Amino acid sequence: MKRRIFSRLLTLFVLVVVLAAVAVPVTAQDDTVIKIYASWPLTGGTQAIGESMQKAAGLALEHYLADNNGEGPAGFTVQIVFLDDASPTTGAWDGTIEAENAQRCVNDPQCMVYFGTYNSGAAKVSMPITNEAGIAQISPANTYAGLTHACETCEEGEPDIYRPSGEVNYFRTHGSDDVQGPGAASWAVCLGFEQVYVLDDTQAYGKGIADEFARHAEEIGLEVVGRSSVESTDIDFRALLTDVRASGATLVYGGFVMDSGGPQVIQQMDALGLFSSGIKFMGPDGLASASLFDQIGGAEIANDNVYLTFPGPLPSTLETEGGQRFYNDYVEQFDEEPDPYSVYAYQSMQVILDSIARAGVAERGAILEAMRNTTDFEGIASTFSFDENGDSTLAGFYGYRVVDGGFVEGTLVTPTTHENCPG
Amino acid sequence: MFGMSIDQEVFVQQVLNGLTIGGYLALIALGYTMVYGIIELINFAHGDLFAFGFLFSLTLFEYFNPAAPLTGADLYLLLPFILLITMAVTGGLNVVIDQIAYRPLRSAPRLAPLLTAVGMSFALEAIFAIWKGATQIAYPRYFPTKDVFREWFDLEPVIIFFTTKDVFLLSVTIPLMIVLALFIDRTRIGKAMRACAQDREAAAMMGINVNRIISMTFFVGGALAGAAGLIWGLYINSGRFLMGFEAGLMAFTAAVLGGIGNIRGAVMGSFIIGMLKALSDGYIGGEWSRAIIFGILILLLVFRPSGILGSTQSIEKV
Repeated sequence: MKRRIFSRLLTLFVLVVVLAAVAVPVTAQDDTVIKIYASWPLTGGTQAIGESMQKAAGLALEHYLADNNGEGPAGFTVQIVFLDDASPTTGAWDGTIEAENAQRCVNDPQCMVYFGTYNSGAAKVSMPITNEAGIAQISPANTYAGLTHACETCEEGEPDIYRPSGEVNYFRTHGSDDVQGPGAASWAVCLGFEQVYVLDDTQAYGKGIADEFARHAEEIGLEVVGRSSVESTDIDFRALLTDVRASGATLVYGGFVMDSGGPQVIQQMDALGLFSSGIKFMGPDGLASASLFDQIGGAEIANDNVYLTFPGPLPSTLETEGGQRFYNDYVEQFDEEPDPYSVYAYQSMQVILDSIARAGVAERGAILEAMRNTTDFEGIASTFSFDENGDSTLAGFYGYRVVDGGFVEGTLVTPTTHENCPG
Repeated sequence: MFGMSIDQEVFVQQVLNGLTIGGYLALIALGYTMVYGIIELINFAHGDLFAFGFLFSLTLFEYFNPAAPLTGADLYLLLPFILLITMAVTGGLNVVIDQIAYRPLRSAPRLAPLLTAVGMSFALEAIFAIWKGATQIAYPRYFPTKDVFREWFDLEPVIIFFTTKDVFLLSVTIPLMIVLALFIDRTRIGKAMRACAQDREAAAMMGINVNRIISMTFFVGGALAGAAGLIWGLYINSGRFLMGFEAGLMAFTAAVLGGIGNIRGAVMGSFIIGMLKALSDGYIGGEWSRAIIFGILILLLVFRPSGILGSTQSIEKV
């Protein structure tokens, strides 16, 4: 009796396995579908930014379809598969998860474009994987310079170490930190700062931009009176901030993102009375999000104390027709202000759809080639082309102050801004 | 101030920073060391109770919604009330954790409860992330901040920044430690705890309800961690679901440094770690602090494997 039950179960099991094996290829083969795998943090400290980028990418596809009578690029049905590259146990991006995400794209024959990452450190992990597979990768947010071209403070061998095949397959529609860091230093001189204390989170992006800032600061006479790194999981920065106070710095430059200590440093600068003694904070695009205000305990803390740089205009100040359409539709559909980086998620998605349309076929190589040839592309933030490194030909950055709980006065900042200060 | 140079003022400030770090670490370290003393378990979920105290007290404050900073009755009645409730609930949570995750494994090999402790820690962190979100959480500035030297004494230090919040932290943590020491030294329950720590079976034979005493130990340890969470919130005004990991790591290290199972050792270890962290952050650089703290821990354990004051293996029990 027992034996019979066992053999029946075995038969059933074999049947299920066979059915599964037959069923999977049947459903997977649909050559009118193109998948785009998007990978950036959707949980943890960067969640607000990630979700806004997700909505913007979806909106870009929606707008494209609306403009083309519901027809996808070259007749294909485009699907965006959103993946989270943050670890639930740390609440921050994780290299292992990022590698898995990139590998999933490589293993899915329908995946034609890898859309990510948010964190430059994560891009270092996925770039070699997509590069070897010959898949186009486009980032809506990475600004670390060494991902696309060599720079003074970059690691040796960059960017070739991310391109094992020797071909360029990675693109970004905004500038990089060898412009942003020096631009910020130059802007700081214009704002009247003479001594700066430079902090970073030891990550590719945070340390990269802090190094670029510090290098240029010394060159243009902004004295770097202190330089230190913090553990991103540390919770008590008071001893470090005591050193800042003692250093005589009037400005703290912090190479951070939302989940690597930036909000804590700003919050503790305030709690320790650094802001009330006139010391200010300047940070990079990684902190340029309204979610920063919630995390530090209110915008009033940041008012007149925090300066940030960002690659372009903010969503609400986009001047192009497409930009205004994006902003208005986003606000209407989601009933919230889009995050600054949602602009670049939208613009990168535009590039992806345009590349598929020009390639005309569902082939990774053809779509990569089409993306490489993107010229004078009219995105919602700017009109640009990709250069031979995959960088945007428009690489400007804007400086923002925090006034009355919002980012205002976007002024173009470049490494030579200090020679001819704005206003 | 007092004829000190800037460098001297910086040093004094760093020592003060070290003291306050040591203060909250000690409250957490005590829970590690007490539980270890009595059942020889490293309760890895203990650090997360600190985060729970932070989140739970924040929820209570949000419920009563007093104006920040607290004044009058809010400061003298509501704050102590929230402190007591937070301690009671965090202590209770620790007892529940023991019931669910450790008690069924009391006679299992030592590795089993160690693993459930790690699992409990992950589970709590996940619950916290869902509860209040995984971002940095601002804790409103409920405690009134006055600059002690500038506003009370009319002194003009350049660097030293010692506020009523620092006074509050030290004046809650240090008495709590003293009360705990008296509780263990002088009361019947304290005596029973020491007896259980020395020999659980012999204590049971003497008529001590060992399970009740173990629960009591978990309760007291949890309550202290809960108090630390609330004090931290009022003091630093910021935290997140994972804060218990970092704090727990440092507190556990402090307990080992002082001699695990030894309450005086845990307090001493905490102040040493606090001081090391402050001086290393201030003079060497934050990126080196962990390396320095753990380097010293390794060196010390090579020469004194049972910590500075000796672990439970010595005569000085819990």
